[in-house]
Amino acid sequence: MENPGNLSPEKASQKPQSVLERIWAAVSVPLVAVLVAMLFGAIIIASNGIDPIRAYASLFRGAFGDMVAFGRTLEKATPLLFSGLAVSFAFKAGLFNIGAQGQLLFGGITAAAIGFGIHGLPTAIHLPLALFGGALAGALYGIIPGILKTSTGAHEVITTIMLNYIAINITDYLADGPWKDTSASNIVARTPAILDTAIIPRVAELPLGFFLAIVVAFLVWWVLEKSTLGFEIRTAGLNPRAAKYSGIKVTRIIVLTMVLSGFLAGMGGAVETMGVIGRYQPGFNQGLGFEGITVALLGKTHPIGNIFAAVLIGALKAGSSLMQRVGVDPEITSVLQALMLFFVAADVLIRRFIRVGAEEGAPNLSSRWGDSN
Amino acid sequence: MNASTRIVEFLKKRRVLTILSAIIVIAIAWSYNNNPVVTQAVLASALRHSTPIVLGALCGLICERSGIVNIGIEGQMLIAAFTSFLVSAFVGNLLLAVLVGILTGMIAGLLLAFMSVTLKVDQIIGGTVINILALGITGFFYQQGLAGGGKLPIIPLGPLADIPLLGRVLFTNPPITYSALILVFLVHFMLFHTRWGLRTRSVGEHPRAADTVGINVFLTRYINVIIAGGIGGLAGAFLSIESVGSFERAMTNGRGFVALAVMIFGKWTPLGAWGAGLLFGLTSAIQTQIQFGGITIPHQFVGMLPYIITIVVLAGFVGRSRPPAAEGVPYEKEG
Repeated sequence: MENPGNLSPEKASQKPQSVLERIWAAVSVPLVAVLVAMLFGAIIIASNGIDPIRAYASLFRGAFGDMVAFGRTLEKATPLLFSGLAVSFAFKAGLFNIGAQGQLLFGGITAAAIGFGIHGLPTAIHLPLALFGGALAGALYGIIPGILKTSTGAHEVITTIMLNYIAINITDYLADGPWKDTSASNIVARTPAILDTAIIPRVAELPLGFFLAIVVAFLVWWVLEKSTLGFEIRTAGLNPRAAKYSGIKVTRIIVLTMVLSGFLAGMGGAVETMGVIGRYQPGFNQGLGFEGITVALLGKTHPIGNIFAAVLIGALKAGSSLMQRVGVDPEITSVLQALMLFFVAADVLIRRFIRVGAEEGAPNLSSRWGDSN
Repeated sequence: MNASTRIVEFLKKRRVLTILSAIIVIAIAWSYNNNPVVTQAVLASALRHSTPIVLGALCGLICERSGIVNIGIEGQMLIAAFTSFLVSAFVGNLLLAVLVGILTGMIAGLLLAFMSVTLKVDQIIGGTVINILALGITGFFYQQGLAGGGKLPIIPLGPLADIPLLGRVLFTNPPITYSALILVFLVHFMLFHTRWGLRTRSVGEHPRAADTVGINVFLTRYINVIIAGGIGGLAGAFLSIESVGSFERAMTNGRGFVALAVMIFGKWTPLGAWGAGLLFGLTSAIQTQIQFGGITIPHQFVGMLPYIITIVVLAGFVGRSRPPAAEGVPYEKEG
């Protein structure tokens, strides 16, 4: 397969590297990319007549200033990490799961339903029940595009986009109809608050859900890199025909990948409901699944890379409210995200600048676009 | 082969399409017979619903036919909607506003081409960059309560507008809706009957072979992505100054992604995308009509109708689709 990264001239003269050099090679490019992006962001902020240093200082304080701020950063990062993992996981099999958003919504509302609907359980049972119930709902929603693709050839990009809209409508209906909070004080569409036994607690201001997400990220890494299933998924992703000839059941892998991807997104929705919002309310989860695509791409679809990407974007979101007080519109964080993504992806520019050789063998995502297994 | 046998052959080959169209035509005729006013309104609204989506799909397919994946349609539409609104608000000239919208889309296209052709950035990332950037920039520079310079007027096409049903639906529209109709056929003709079209398709299917016979792969891709960006920009201008007359944050509301779906649905052909876009527009219009009609089903169930129908038709009738072979792979010159 052609890979743009492999063809740069520095590559030919590469010697075996020490561990330190390899870490530097992996970290330096994204680091410089983020800095350059911040620099461009500073120009935009300055063009609005605001001191960029003051703006960034308040951004930093809002994201990492104290334990409360740091907790908020991790809280924002948590659903992004889950949906980023969901998107990355599907990417490994050459699948474009644009439907993480819908899967996340179903995970969220199912966790809420279990959380407020089932009484009298101890935390040790209620909490995992709601968590895995939500994840399972996401998985079941993820199976639809998987089966449609393998049985009819319907492209998962279309079906997942359509399923997102269907999910928004169904969850809106549930939160405004059968599962609506009917208490006298409530007039909006939302479910009742979930019981204390299904709330994911905080430990010293830090949300426990984030640490769960980290564990899941390492599990995903293990499955992808160390297990037979992961090998089959990666093979099917790189070259489905070769995978088929070597005896891998590609259709089974596609369905399974979509199920697991949906599981991850659904768990993200469940954690957001149980750890942050405390109930399901339409609109509160908006965009989390789409931002998962950004996280996945920024983290180069690597599970551990996803952790850093999610914390970075989480920090931008957490710090933007404090930055707003010095007069910078929070939308600047979207501009920063786009610039970071650009400079991480256009690493040719950065590498020329800091003289780091190209990395090896990152699969090209878009070459599998529109492939029907 | 004479014309009638060719038509019969065509209908045989496209049996599903033929049956589906026949059902829709009969349904429309029946409905018109029962209630001409509502039918007319629904069909006209279907056409307008489909306009930005069809334009977006054309934008996508001109890129993809030359081998460049464009998932940044949403962003191209959004930022063009924004700039054309700004021009309409500050200058007040709607024609200039449309042109600026097109130009903005072309600049976004240039950015996509620069990323995917020159920098060889992964094209999925390139498109995502454009989507987020557009969301950020339009949000950052957006001013609440800015009044626009009005909407593009409806221009009835003389005597054509007096034809029953068709006149009101097809020939009584604002300009961008007309241009979408023209562009569908123009792009079809260009793609399959001109030198540019042949070059585009060869670059999308087998760039190495195209290069060997002297076609400039890079230049072809640049030109296509920029032209496509202009069409995406037109779709954006439709939203802000033809359809609504104002700008809101994230007002594209996923239409760029629906356009992407419609493009694949139409199997990367302009006429296919048009058909798929019309189907989507029709279901959207029917959905709106049902909600106005006061039928007592929860509005969410009606709201998801277009999406369910798209999936059912796709899975049941259309099935597998084949993209251009070289799509998504940056081209490397040998030697």
